[in-house]
Amino acid sequence: MRRFSWFNATSLTLGFAFLYMPMVILIIYSFNESKLVTVWAGFSTKWYGELLQNEAFLSAAWVTAKVAVASSTIATVLGTMAAYVLVRAGRFRGRTLFSGMIYAPLVMPEVITGLSLLLLFIGIGLDRGVMTIILAHTTFSMCYVSVVVSSRLVSFDRSLEEAALDLGCSPFEAFRLVTLPIIAPAVISGWLLAFTLSLDDLVIASFTSGPSATTLPIKIFSAVRLGVSPEINALSTIMIGIVTVGVITASLISKRASLRLQAEEQAAART
Amino acid sequence: MAQTAFAPWDDPEAKPLIEFRHVTKRFGDFIAIDDLSLEIYEREFFALLGPSGCGKTTMMRMLAGFEPPSAGTILLSGQDIAPVPPNKRAVNMMFQSYALFPHLTVWDNIAFGLKRDKLPKEAIEARVAEMLKLTRLEKFARRKPHQISGGQRQRVALARSLAKAPKLLLLDEPLGALDKKLRQDTQFELMDIQEKTGTTFVIVTHDQEEAMTVASRVAVMDEGRLIQVDTPDRIYEYPNSVYVADFIGDVNIIEGHAEKSGDGYEVTFAEGQPKLRAKTANGLRGSGRCYLAIRPEKIAISSQEPQDAANAVRGVIDDIAYLGNLSTYYVRLDNGKIIKAQTANTRRIAKRDLTWEDSVWLSWTDTAAVVLEN
Repeated sequence: MRRFSWFNATSLTLGFAFLYMPMVILIIYSFNESKLVTVWAGFSTKWYGELLQNEAFLSAAWVTAKVAVASSTIATVLGTMAAYVLVRAGRFRGRTLFSGMIYAPLVMPEVITGLSLLLLFIGIGLDRGVMTIILAHTTFSMCYVSVVVSSRLVSFDRSLEEAALDLGCSPFEAFRLVTLPIIAPAVISGWLLAFTLSLDDLVIASFTSGPSATTLPIKIFSAVRLGVSPEINALSTIMIGIVTVGVITASLISKRASLRLQAEEQAAART
Repeated sequence: MAQTAFAPWDDPEAKPLIEFRHVTKRFGDFIAIDDLSLEIYEREFFALLGPSGCGKTTMMRMLAGFEPPSAGTILLSGQDIAPVPPNKRAVNMMFQSYALFPHLTVWDNIAFGLKRDKLPKEAIEARVAEMLKLTRLEKFARRKPHQISGGQRQRVALARSLAKAPKLLLLDEPLGALDKKLRQDTQFELMDIQEKTGTTFVIVTHDQEEAMTVASRVAVMDEGRLIQVDTPDRIYEYPNSVYVADFIGDVNIIEGHAEKSGDGYEVTFAEGQPKLRAKTANGLRGSGRCYLAIRPEKIAISSQEPQDAANAVRGVIDDIAYLGNLSTYYVRLDNGKIIKAQTANTRRIAKRDLTWEDSVWLSWTDTAAVVLEN
């Protein structure tokens, strides 16, 4: 029996081609010998070697990593706290307004977020650099974290926390020992989301970065304006590789966890 | 009697463990608990019984400390517990959903409360082992909650709430999630554990059979008020209102007009029907409208007119509910009123001679019915 009809096979091919053709071309050309991006002149890995010599790119990569780790961590802490308050506090005056204000940055144009942050930093006299990018990225990725965590908290059985209090926990202990371990998967995926958002943000970073600190996306963007170089292709290929490995690992971990849970539940049903 | 019955509520000297003094709880405009006073004594197995929304769970949550009363005071061993947060109360609760911590093993679940008290490691281990033994869970100590069955989870929840040896254990519909057979076994297990540990248990349930089985006293609640607080047998035999009579077990309620006669009442309930005689300890406030509550098993059914029966009425069998051990006959009187009569099926089926549309006599003694005003 044929698994795919002619029609299905065609639509599948078209869909995937549409999605992945640009990336495949980019990866192929990153191994191009020639300096001209569009002319194929044989296989080579020399651009990867040159990339490692490029101080500007390396320092931008380092800044990006620092910013992504720091901002996603701060955003996770703040976003989890905001989600917890919104889900737990029940009804209070202005609750709708408050939760709306937390989610507003999701739909706010990035240009406006970036501009307002720039004005703020100038206003308070904060020199633009790594610090300001971290603050800016925390600001916009916090609401993504809070969306992810609050959707988990809504389905969280409140009596678990009450049981912890009942057994002698202070409210903070109850959160640390019971709530947090149980919602940890959501908190981790919130962190990963914030991390990737920070990694590829160009608009907000370009408003809030200074001469002392440039992130990788800014660097790539400005380099491309002077013409696409094989080095950029190599750099992008590395980034695609990192993201792919990350996504596959994350999905494998979650799949294995759910399989194990299923197996254990079946074992329990038998006893 | 060889043994003095456990009845501290009859002893004027006894000090209650818990005292509700004019407690009211409001949620916005809704009054969940309405000026309620109640005393519960040490070592009691006390059941709060009522339909959903009657306020029984609110009472429990106030005892656990999750809800503060809007007015009135709750005393535990003579001390007002309003300012004490839930984590500082010598009260533990077993939740309806069990609320087992899914990320911890059975052992860690039971040890959870002990660890919060910063007990030495050996003391914790000894106590957990004791709890595992009490609830027969030794084999499952290393499993996670989702790796054990529903009945085992129920026992873990019980062990966890008992581990800290609370003065008072609250059980919120503890057997609701179990099937009928397991529930019955577990009821006796609960009573056994309560007796062994000597802990005061307060159980919330909507299952009257469960309340009757396990409890030393039952409080029947409705709309935030206590309707009757008494031992299971007195609640059943001497309900103080139509509501209680109707809520607990099966009952025939006959509405009529009472007149004082000798040491009882004569009740006229319908045209052409004989007056019904009933003796009662609690007198009516006068003659007038009343309700007779008669349990179906106290009504005899026969095909001939019974001799010397205090009360006898005629009717036709409308329906028969065969329950195996019992049969309930639904007998229609001339005025259309249906009376239920229950007989134990002590004989085999062929020996029973009553069937549908048979004309029969129903009879009961003058002490069988309870006269209620309501």
